[in-house]
Amino acid sequence: MLSEDALKKIDREVAKYPADQKQSAVMAALVIAQDEKGWLDRETIGDVADYLGMAQIAAYEVATFYNMYDLAPVGKHKLTVCTNLPCALSGGVHAADYLKKKLGIDFNETTPDGMFTLKEGECLGACGDAPVLLVNNKRMCCFMTPEEIDKLIAECK
Amino acid sequence: MLDIEIDGQALQVAEGSTIMEAAHQIGTYIPHFCYHKKLSIAANCRMCLVQVEKAPKPLPACATPVTNGMKVQTHSEQALTAQKGVMEFLLINHPLDCPICDQGGECQLQDISVGYGGGASRYQEEKRVVVNKNLGPLVATDMTRCIHCTRCVRFTQEIAGLMELGQAYRGEHAEIMSFVGQTVDSELSGNIIDLCPVGALTSKPFRFSARTWELARRKSVSPHDGLGANLIVQTKHDRVMRVLPLENEEINECWISDKDRYSYEALNSPERLTKPMLKHGGEWHEVDWQKALDYVAHAFRDIAKNHGAAALGALAAPQATLEELHLTQKLLRGLGSENIDCRLRQSDFSDDGKRAGAPWLGMKIAELNQLDRVLVIGSFLRKDHPLITQRLRQAAKRGCQVSLVHSADDNPLLNVFAKSIVAPAQLPQFLAQVVKAAAEQKGAAAGLDAGIAALSVTPDAQRIAASLVSGANTAVFLGNFAQQHAQAATLHALAQQLASITGAKFGYLGEAANSVGAYIAKAVPAAGGLNAAQMIATPLKGYLVLQAEAELDCANPQQALAALKQAATVVVLSPFKLAGALDYADVLLPVAPFSETSGSFINTEGRVQSFNGVVKPLGDTRPAWKVLRVLGNLLGLAGFEQNSSEEVRDEALGGKPQFVGEKLDNRVNGVAPKLTPAIFAMTTIQRIADVPIHFADALVRRAPSLRQSKDAAKPAARMNAAMLAKFGLAAGDQARIRQGTGEALLTTQLDAGLPDGCVRVAAAHPLTATLGAMSGEITVERA
Amino acid sequence: MALISAINPLLTAGWQTGGHEWRMEKDAGWRLKDYEARGGYKALRKIINDKLTQDDVIGEVKKSALRGRGGAGFPTGLKWGFMPKAAPVKYIVCNTDEGEPGTFKDRDLLRYDPHSVIEGMIIAGYAVGAALGYNYIHGEIYEIYQRFEEALDEARAAGYLGGNILGSGFNFDLFAHQGWGAYICGEESALLESIEGKKGQPRFKPPFPANVGLYGKPTTINNTESFAAIPFIFNIGGENYLNLGKPNNGGTKLYSVSGHVNRPGNYEVPMGTPFATLLEMAGGMRGGRKLKAVIPGGSSAPVLPAEIMMDCTMDYDSLAKAGSMLGSGAVIVMDETVCMVKALERLSYFYFEESCGQCTPCREGTGWLYRIVHRIEHGQGRADDLELLNSLTENIMGRTICALGDAAALPVRSFTKHFKSEFEYHIEHKKCLVPPDVQYEGSKIYVRPSAC
Ligand SMILES: Cc1cc2nc3c(=O)[nH]c(=O)nc-3n(C[C@H](O)[C@H](O)[C@H](O)COP(=O)(O)O)c2cc1C
Ligand code: SF4
Ligand code: FES
Repeated sequence: MLSEDALKKIDREVAKYPADQKQSAVMAALVIAQDEKGWLDRETIGDVADYLGMAQIAAYEVATFYNMYDLAPVGKHKLTVCTNLPCALSGGVHAADYLKKKLGIDFNETTPDGMFTLKEGECLGACGDAPVLLVNNKRMCCFMTPEEIDKLIAECK
Repeated sequence: MLDIEIDGQALQVAEGSTIMEAAHQIGTYIPHFCYHKKLSIAANCRMCLVQVEKAPKPLPACATPVTNGMKVQTHSEQALTAQKGVMEFLLINHPLDCPICDQGGECQLQDISVGYGGGASRYQEEKRVVVNKNLGPLVATDMTRCIHCTRCVRFTQEIAGLMELGQAYRGEHAEIMSFVGQTVDSELSGNIIDLCPVGALTSKPFRFSARTWELARRKSVSPHDGLGANLIVQTKHDRVMRVLPLENEEINECWISDKDRYSYEALNSPERLTKPMLKHGGEWHEVDWQKALDYVAHAFRDIAKNHGAAALGALAAPQATLEELHLTQKLLRGLGSENIDCRLRQSDFSDDGKRAGAPWLGMKIAELNQLDRVLVIGSFLRKDHPLITQRLRQAAKRGCQVSLVHSADDNPLLNVFAKSIVAPAQLPQFLAQVVKAAAEQKGAAAGLDAGIAALSVTPDAQRIAASLVSGANTAVFLGNFAQQHAQAATLHALAQQLASITGAKFGYLGEAANSVGAYIAKAVPAAGGLNAAQMIATPLKGYLVLQAEAELDCANPQQALAALKQAATVVVLSPFKLAGALDYADVLLPVAPFSETSGSFINTEGRVQSFNGVVKPLGDTRPAWKVLRVLGNLLGLAGFEQNSSEEVRDEALGGKPQFVGEKLDNRVNGVAPKLTPAIFAMTTIQRIADVPIHFADALVRRAPSLRQSKDAAKPAARMNAAMLAKFGLAAGDQARIRQGTGEALLTTQLDAGLPDGCVRVAAAHPLTATLGAMSGEITVERA
Repeated sequence: MALISAINPLLTAGWQTGGHEWRMEKDAGWRLKDYEARGGYKALRKIINDKLTQDDVIGEVKKSALRGRGGAGFPTGLKWGFMPKAAPVKYIVCNTDEGEPGTFKDRDLLRYDPHSVIEGMIIAGYAVGAALGYNYIHGEIYEIYQRFEEALDEARAAGYLGGNILGSGFNFDLFAHQGWGAYICGEESALLESIEGKKGQPRFKPPFPANVGLYGKPTTINNTESFAAIPFIFNIGGENYLNLGKPNNGGTKLYSVSGHVNRPGNYEVPMGTPFATLLEMAGGMRGGRKLKAVIPGGSSAPVLPAEIMMDCTMDYDSLAKAGSMLGSGAVIVMDETVCMVKALERLSYFYFEESCGQCTPCREGTGWLYRIVHRIEHGQGRADDLELLNSLTENIMGRTICALGDAAALPVRSFTKHFKSEFEYHIEHKKCLVPPDVQYEGSKIYVRPSAC
């Protein structure tokens, strides 16, 4: 089950929508649940669905449709590097390569110490600031030169 | 009306129609997969693209509304190119494994690809493979074949009322699935097999057993609940292989319940009785028909001679055919006994002799769709009446206010306007409050009985009454639970009064395939006869048991068993070697189930539906109507000369009516409602007994796949948290339930919706057949 | 340019530059007090004080010839006019799901000037009679989402949102809804589904959102930049706004310039500005290399070779005439180090990955397209692949529920048309025309872009 605190946060989201449209809060609720649990297991998705009074499979549809939900455990820091064309033109792939070498992992892998997971991202909507990467879905880092990446990794550790 | 043209043909269509519907009107076929007339429009398969004049691109016929003057071409080059393009896309990731696919021969994809597919595949990349899902014992999956039309998903959401399937993931990775680890448990689940246009969802019990072209298709009628769903029974080598719905918009639309679909497995059960059997000195022997029937004739004649004909009685299942019931009552009455009854689960018969006619739905089934206010009293809706509930679900979606009064709070998966869940003993009181509230709201309170007028009205009752009073097309229904209630006559009287105050139609949700037919066939006692309850309460010398399994089908199994055990002669006519009967019967006669005999059912709307046998009777099995006719001859009774079941039917009905309308009437006169909960002392624990859907009759009980479904779970002792606490029990503990002379050991289960003072213990199950009356008192203790 | 700077939200907020750094704490001017100091909420006050009717407001927007900035370029005033007057419940929705590769303007608008979007949405609510609105914000820009919520709190506290706004009797509230990683939710009906708590699968249209939108109610949905333009249209007048651009292409437009330029970033210029000027503003070609190709309107827009592009002006009509489109105004600049097969492969992968999976041609077709391009790029192309690609795009375009099908097909068609010989070379020689190390060097940007 989710903590009181998480449920309170979910309630705040629910309040944004008309009273008979609780399901609208499912995306935010899953984000809150993921923040709390680290990733979304079956039980958690089911709990969120029950809390919002929607079919569990409907919540599962949502959890599997949007990229940023993690349906399997990830490292403490999930780094998502954009390699889409505009970024690739300005170092996106280089940044990813640098990270792969530095962390010793490929995309969709987690470092043995469980600290980092590397993901390939689609357009993050910050193409002018390439290379860009996203830390744990929420923090965007721009102009990620090797020095910046080194700094970020040091800061995470 | 709009004027349009399709492929050069002019026609008029109603405003708001789609091109697909318009094309349908003139019999023009537009290929499609996702479109289904009973489901919402998804427009996702894109197979139905057609050319519309002035539109720059082809448009999906299923989703495009017609406009006045529209000119549509379904076979123009633009349309065909589009359709072929879509077909190619549908096939690239499809395994094309038709030779080993169960859908082969009845596959829309296969059919349409013959017309619209290209020759050689241009797709040279790797094909997608999708892992199969476990949807339960009834539906098998081959998900790689899925073309993502989402019909199954929409069915669970829209028709079955609970989204049990979804399309997870995205894009090419999309997969149709249930929530991880869950099965599809709807009582209507099998319909997704029919809906699936490819072989992704197939019947688990049926798969790999036959090809569609090897199967003979025969029409039939479901022998289970009162709806009388129309069936296509498919057979091969005189064996029923599969059952599908036969579309009938006025009855089952294009659906059937899982019970209708899978009960056929019992027809091929090893428990089938294939030879007449006689018990001699405690040993059973197979004998020929002549010997068996001679024995029965002698035995019955002896009893009539030595103890009087009134010592004979017949207990017949309400799932027996009209013809069987007619001949049974004729036989008994011919012998001089008035003791015949089909209402085996009923416990209050005080209405008898006061009824104006046979109880029925009070309207046509199709009229359910037009209702705007409904009150259902005492019904486990989904499990007792899966497709009537489905109609109410659709009505509720259109704004019909459905209210419920019941003793259990099972979710009917429909939008309920108001409900009140009270203990069985409180039902009359509560209903009387609704009567009072309605009368007051109508300004007709003056005519109320003093007992009702004195009641104080709860807000729930007020709200339900207000809903009924405000309707233009209202109905009040009594469900199985109300009909089986210890104060059924009182509930009836109150409901009747409520209907008359509110101008509502009033009806019974018919429990069994021939609940109406039983009255029409006069398989109920007239004055001087014993009813089903009396026949087992005051034991008789001889019993004829027709198509029933007395210890599971009677309201009080304990009494039924005792009565049958003490009798001198018990003759059981059944398709099955019933375990109980082997103990208490003296003669077992193998009679045909619905698939092996012709016969008729009269459904809850009073429609006479006759059917033929679809396969030859198994072994020495004979149609029961023939057996009864011969028995009549052997007993030297007059009027047993019929040569066909049709002749029997016409005799029973006095003609060939399609509906028995004039014999139907729900009114009861001269019953004063008893509002004191006289039947129950309030200090005891009331039993709430449901009849689990897959245990409701002898046939469905023996269908192995249904027995693996969630609906066939072992009965538990269900109660609310307060009751659990009262007995010092936790959910999951074993409880000893005692009733009368028997007891049952059941696992306890929390059911928060149950009222205080009550424990829910299902009937019709071997685990609880040791107990007494369904509508009675029990004791509970920790085991 | 004085007039432009007066109406340009980024300019007035001090951010008309490329190569800025992404540091939230440095964005000083986004607060309500800053916005008000720049003349914020004046337009709303004026509309309320002058008691403009709904038709007056819509009329003014029509006069401005503002065309939707989300990609389709549909006239905004016309769209507002479609809303049924009598409907009791209506919604305003802002589309900040900006996920089209190359586009990053809406993020900057919300980051530097969130109140301009809020004010625009309130005015829209007033114009169509809606009392509730949502801004759907791209999941990847969570910090911006948080900032927007703060801005909403400010506006609510100041009485710009909520009941009886500025004593007018008009009620309007506004909330932010976060996306969570699905490009398709930028499509307006998918976005509405997403707000309803479902998968973002587009709806078949008609009915359009103006009739059946959020929760089945009439809904006006516009792009962030479209809403941000509204206050300025009222501040300077619709006609003046139109005159900033050219006929049928009113006002100014934000262009997100990315790729091989010295100063990638957002630049707001009048409609009809020559591409050459924009390129110059963005600092010219990186490393002085030669321009090879430009995608002028986001990744879904057809690519144009340098020669054609250099003759274009940046507006709807000029780009359409050149065989591409203005789209979302995302200008992806590519120099001679780019392998066009590889570039297309990456884009095709994107559409394959982002197809919602609902309708057949897109679900099945995007994967097929990608796999063919991938094969060609990896030296396994076949002689008839280009013809096959062309035929497949024909089978996808115009046959899908939403425009993602077209968006996936157009790059394939334009890349293989304008750079056919490069594809043929690839198929024949099983390798790139541009040597891989040249490609890799060319896309390296390990130097901080020069500050302005
Ligand atoms: C696949 C797809 C993605 C889209 N993405 C966006 C987007 O990210 N932002 C946006 O404003 N419009 C996007 N659109 C366009 C919207 O559907 C819609 O036209 C727009 O939001 C309307 O606003 P406007 O009239 O102000 O442009 C997209 C359309 C499609 C088909
Ligand atoms: S075109 Fe693609 S994204 Fe759009 S509805 Fe169809 S499958 Fe979904
Ligand atoms: S039947 Fe029309 S799109 Fe599927």
